[in-house]
Amino acid sequence: MADLDPEIAKTQEERRKMEADLASLTSINMDRDLYGGNDRDSYVTSIAPNDEEDTNLDTTGSLVAQRLASYTAPRSLLNDVARPHNEDDDVGFKPRQTIAEREGEYRNRRLNRVLSPDRVDAFAMGDKTPDASVRTYTDHMRETALQREKEETMRLIAKKKKEEEEAAKHQKDSAPPPPVPVSSSKRRHRWDLPEEDGGAAKKAKAASSDWDLPDAAPGIGRWDAPTPGRVSDATPSAGRRNRWDETPTPGRVTDSDATPGGVTPGETPSGVTWDGTPRGLATPTPKRQRSRWDETPATMGSATPMGGVTPGAAYTPGVTPIGGIDMATPTPGQLIFRGAMTPEQLNMQRWEKDIEERNRPLSDEELDAMFPKDGYKVLDPPASYVPIRTPARKLQQTPTPMATPGYVIPEENRGQQYDVPPEVPGGLPFMKPEDYQYFGALLNEENEEELSPDEQKERKIMKLLLKVKNGTPAQRKTALRQLTDKARELGAGPLFNKILPLLMQPTLEDQERHLLVKVIDRILYKLDELVRPYVHKILVVIEPLLIDEDYYARVEGREIISNLSKAAGLATMIAAMRPDIDNIDEYVRNTTARAFSVVASALGIPALLPFLKAVCQSKKSWQARHTGIKIVQQIAILIGCAVLPHLRSLVEIIEHGLSDENQKVRTITALSLAALAEAAAPYGIESFDSVLKPLWKGIRSHRGKVLAAFLKAIGFIIPLMDAIYASYYTKEVMVILIREFQSPDEEMKKIVLKVVKQCVSTEGVEPEYIRSDILPEFFRHFWVRKMALERRNYKQLVETTVEIANKVGVADIVGRVVEDLKDESEPYRRMVMETIDKVVTNLGASDIDARLEELLIDGILYAFQEQTSDDANVMLNGFGAVVNALGQRVKPYLPQICGTIKWRLNNKSAKVRQQAADLISRIAVVMKQCGEEQLMGHLGVVLYEYLGEEYPEVLGSILGALKAIVNVIGMTKMTPPIKDLLPRLTPILKNRHEKVQENCIDLVGRIADRGAEFVPAREWMRICFELLEMLKAHKKGIRRATVNTFGYIAKAIGPQDVLATLLNNLKVQERQNRVCTTVAIAIVAETCSPFTVLPALMNEYRVPELNVQNGVLKSLSFLFEYIGEMGKDYIYAVTPLLEDALMDRDLVHRQTAASAVKHMALGVAGLGCEDALVHLLNFIWPNIFETSPHVINAVMEAIEGMRVALGAAVILNYCLQGLFHPARKVREVYWKIYNSLYIGAQDTLVAAYPVLEDEQNNVYSRPELTMFV
Amino acid sequence: MQASDRFNINSQLEHLQAKYVGTGHADLSRFEWAVNIQRDSYASYIGHYPMLSYFAIAENESIGRERYNFMQKMLLPCGLPPEREDE
Repeated sequence: MADLDPEIAKTQEERRKMEADLASLTSINMDRDLYGGNDRDSYVTSIAPNDEEDTNLDTTGSLVAQRLASYTAPRSLLNDVARPHNEDDDVGFKPRQTIAEREGEYRNRRLNRVLSPDRVDAFAMGDKTPDASVRTYTDHMRETALQREKEETMRLIAKKKKEEEEAAKHQKDSAPPPPVPVSSSKRRHRWDLPEEDGGAAKKAKAASSDWDLPDAAPGIGRWDAPTPGRVSDATPSAGRRNRWDETPTPGRVTDSDATPGGVTPGETPSGVTWDGTPRGLATPTPKRQRSRWDETPATMGSATPMGGVTPGAAYTPGVTPIGGIDMATPTPGQLIFRGAMTPEQLNMQRWEKDIEERNRPLSDEELDAMFPKDGYKVLDPPASYVPIRTPARKLQQTPTPMATPGYVIPEENRGQQYDVPPEVPGGLPFMKPEDYQYFGALLNEENEEELSPDEQKERKIMKLLLKVKNGTPAQRKTALRQLTDKARELGAGPLFNKILPLLMQPTLEDQERHLLVKVIDRILYKLDELVRPYVHKILVVIEPLLIDEDYYARVEGREIISNLSKAAGLATMIAAMRPDIDNIDEYVRNTTARAFSVVASALGIPALLPFLKAVCQSKKSWQARHTGIKIVQQIAILIGCAVLPHLRSLVEIIEHGLSDENQKVRTITALSLAALAEAAAPYGIESFDSVLKPLWKGIRSHRGKVLAAFLKAIGFIIPLMDAIYASYYTKEVMVILIREFQSPDEEMKKIVLKVVKQCVSTEGVEPEYIRSDILPEFFRHFWVRKMALERRNYKQLVETTVEIANKVGVADIVGRVVEDLKDESEPYRRMVMETIDKVVTNLGASDIDARLEELLIDGILYAFQEQTSDDANVMLNGFGAVVNALGQRVKPYLPQICGTIKWRLNNKSAKVRQQAADLISRIAVVMKQCGEEQLMGHLGVVLYEYLGEEYPEVLGSILGALKAIVNVIGMTKMTPPIKDLLPRLTPILKNRHEKVQENCIDLVGRIADRGAEFVPAREWMRICFELLEMLKAHKKGIRRATVNTFGYIAKAIGPQDVLATLLNNLKVQERQNRVCTTVAIAIVAETCSPFTVLPALMNEYRVPELNVQNGVLKSLSFLFEYIGEMGKDYIYAVTPLLEDALMDRDLVHRQTAASAVKHMALGVAGLGCEDALVHLLNFIWPNIFETSPHVINAVMEAIEGMRVALGAAVILNYCLQGLFHPARKVREVYWKIYNSLYIGAQDTLVAAYPVLEDEQNNVYSRPELTMFV
Repeated sequence: MQASDRFNINSQLEHLQAKYVGTGHADLSRFEWAVNIQRDSYASYIGHYPMLSYFAIAENESIGRERYNFMQKMLLPCGLPPEREDE
């Protein structure tokens, strides 16, 4: 699901645009906007469709606007720049974000869905006719049909109104305007809400324009009578909520005291609603323009006792008016009100309270405390001063919180703690204010015994859920287990009725959602077929997870739906989801299609095929066909190559969609075919036979989006074909592709590029054809600067060009683009460079002739020098690739290149210096090939001079360059000579920067390996001490390089001195240091033969100190691991030491010794050391009863090692004594050993099993083994 | 099993062991173990062709017959299970 549908992408794009518009209007340009100069109409369209969107913008939008003001570039680009920036900005200080905040508008549509009431389980009823009171599938289908019909009618009415309006306007143009416009919703608003004329009107217009969007789900206005049964209780908000309707709360559905609908009752005369635009309630619900000037009063709203004074809150639609109660500390009595508030309001309020706390005006006492006693005097306000009282003027005042004169700051108690919630009884976890709505009942201290059994059950569920949601891990765990165990007892109904609304909570956070989903998963398993009546409800909540941006949420969603379908069965699943298939809301259909694909993967495609077939052929609505075909697409995406067995039937089911009358159905059919072909690749072309003709015909007759989809399908089908067919079909499609090269549509461009890539890479397409027919147009249309500006285009173009180059060769492609390396646009140059890099890396440079070579080097040098920023190292990589590919042919250009490098090494910018040094390390090998050793020596000296570099990144690169030079020209020819270079490196080893450390240690190691004799032993010893520090480095690579360097140094100056240093190091306290030291000892032993190290090491074991002895044992363990077979000469030497260690009281001794024995045994298997090993096994064996996990692990591994070295039979004989021991504890351990023995060497054991005596009826003997010829 | 054992590598080891039919546990009876031994033995005879041909020569049977016999014997190799005393 990573690929967002184009529809989603489109919606997001639109939203982004909206935000950008809004951003530019909120702060910086405010004055201009306010006082004219700007066309007011322009910002109506920009209102974000819901409230949350606005909240986000208010905090960050102004920032964006400020930054954007100085740029000039297309808006879409600016958004791309601005968006990631915001994310980066608050990394680290990110407040906990709710899922709803994170999600986009489209995804938030999930909150608009209604938890449908339970449906009857048809299976449970048997043959009985369903009771009239219960809700059946038929009821549901009927309602859906009704809804659709209503929708259709509404649409027609709207259309008609619009036409009338048009006509009226037409008339108006000719005749003088009537005093009161009749049907314009715009004007109506002005009458109703005098303060909000412009904004409201525009919003209304924006809203009505939404009608035209085919996919928008306008839903039913709130006024239509709630369909009976569709609503769980007496909530008036029956229909699907409009998406522009603010504050979607699940509370609406379940909670009857939530504000019913978008309008604060009494605020708007309902009559207006009726004869307003057909959009009904949504129309008089003006979107509050969330810009600075009206935000202030809103913020004050919670501080000021409101009434009609502050208009800001009075016209807040859909929001419960914030009153004085919210200021006070929540007391249990007020909690009832709190429960009625929407969670967003709570959030907002909490936030405001925090701000107010900080910005509170200073009281007299505080001022007294602050200022010195004398020298200050309290002045009276001037007599002429009159506080502003008119609200309209107040609005434009600078927002100072609580600055309203005449308003008395409420007497407040400073000691009061605002955010401390009331005591939650009975050891329940902390309850967030949003939770009161769901868990408020738990706060009522009622006597549990007085409650009815049902209420008690409900309370219990609530308690457990609260613990799961907010509790500590331990609480959560037990609660989860209880919920699972008692799931059947508590009942499916009560459980889901509590859990599902929680999941619809808009302020839910990821962790909470994860936990609740987990609860559902567990109880599903327990409830099994009892979930049937709740399937649809669960789906409503879980389906959105399938399109979540978080991968794990998607996986969870899939898991739940798959479990659900296994529990409920196919018939119930289909019955539950069928009505949603032709739902008017695209969001619902989209998620349903995805859910269906999960059902298909859970219950098998064949089971779903008949249903899919029927849906895809639905005559009733195109939506059903669209969704059916989309299900096929999602199945292909979800299960990949597993569609192959059903490929033909799936294609047959959807093929007629290619000629459907509805354009959307045709598009989705082509996309589904593309998905199927992609999933099936490289097999299954025969299944697509029937669609080839319609597809190829279709591309000639279609245009726009449909054509793009068709091309996409073709692009995925062509690679499945045989060479001949592929060639034929490519030629057919190429005409269209070439025509579409010039399409201005971005989506089309991407698809065309992709299809060209796919066609070109198939076998049957001849290079000559590509060269003559495709290349000229391709380069003319795509290799233009604009393509480099958008990242996705850029990537796709590079990929396609590389693919073409694979067919037609390097010279053609490079020849065409090489001139562009000198283009004036940097992104474009970068794109050219990346292409050349990839092409040359793939195909080499042998095709490049002398002239092209010259141009290429020239261009690359130009591009390299002219670059201003190169974070991705494109230029560097390209340079390296080309130089390496050309090899010896670069020789003439090397002086010039080196000149550039030297020049840039001296540059002011650190980045440039670093890059120059990096370039040296890339081209060092080629320089050697060209015989330019003198030049390299010169570079070496230059680099040596720059070792004083202060930027660690650059220093690291310089060291890397030196290393590359030393590697290719050798120690003897190196300039500066090694004896000068190394002492200069020793202090750099102290540098703590990882890159410096790594490069430095590599260089030092290299020198120690190849040219140790150039440096006096004393210098090496000094380095040894430095290296000990580096053993602590965080990066593994550095530690490894250090340990290796130890080995080289030890080899160079003899192990004695190094070893002494290392053994001393065993005494230090730090564990990591000791571990590294033991490794280093083992390395020294490996490089200088064990006999040089073992005596000193074993001698060290005599030190009566735990750390040292363990260090020695550990060294031995590593040592035997490294030396492997060489160990056979030393086993007898170390056996006494190991005996001692294996008998030690200290556990760690025995553990480490056991692992030493393991390595030893594995190293010498088959080399005739069985006597010593059996002896050691006798010491190991008594440890099998150890319980400490590390020890027992080491012991078991040692026994495994012995099995390898001694043979399974020996260990079996040790085992037999305990397998039937009277003590269970003993038997358990012995069987564990037996089992691992059995797994390791089952076959070998056959010969070694004991002879068992036959019993009366049972034959245990194995006579075959006694057979003899 | 101790509480600490539940999370370490050994528990995984035991899980692995439990996946193999022939592995045993502390409550395995003599009969059950013997059945495992017999089946393993026959499987091994069949699996090693030289062994099979050796038995064929010793019993003067064809190799195929011998393989068939062994496979048949893998069904109830030790006869019917004895009555359990504790049940």
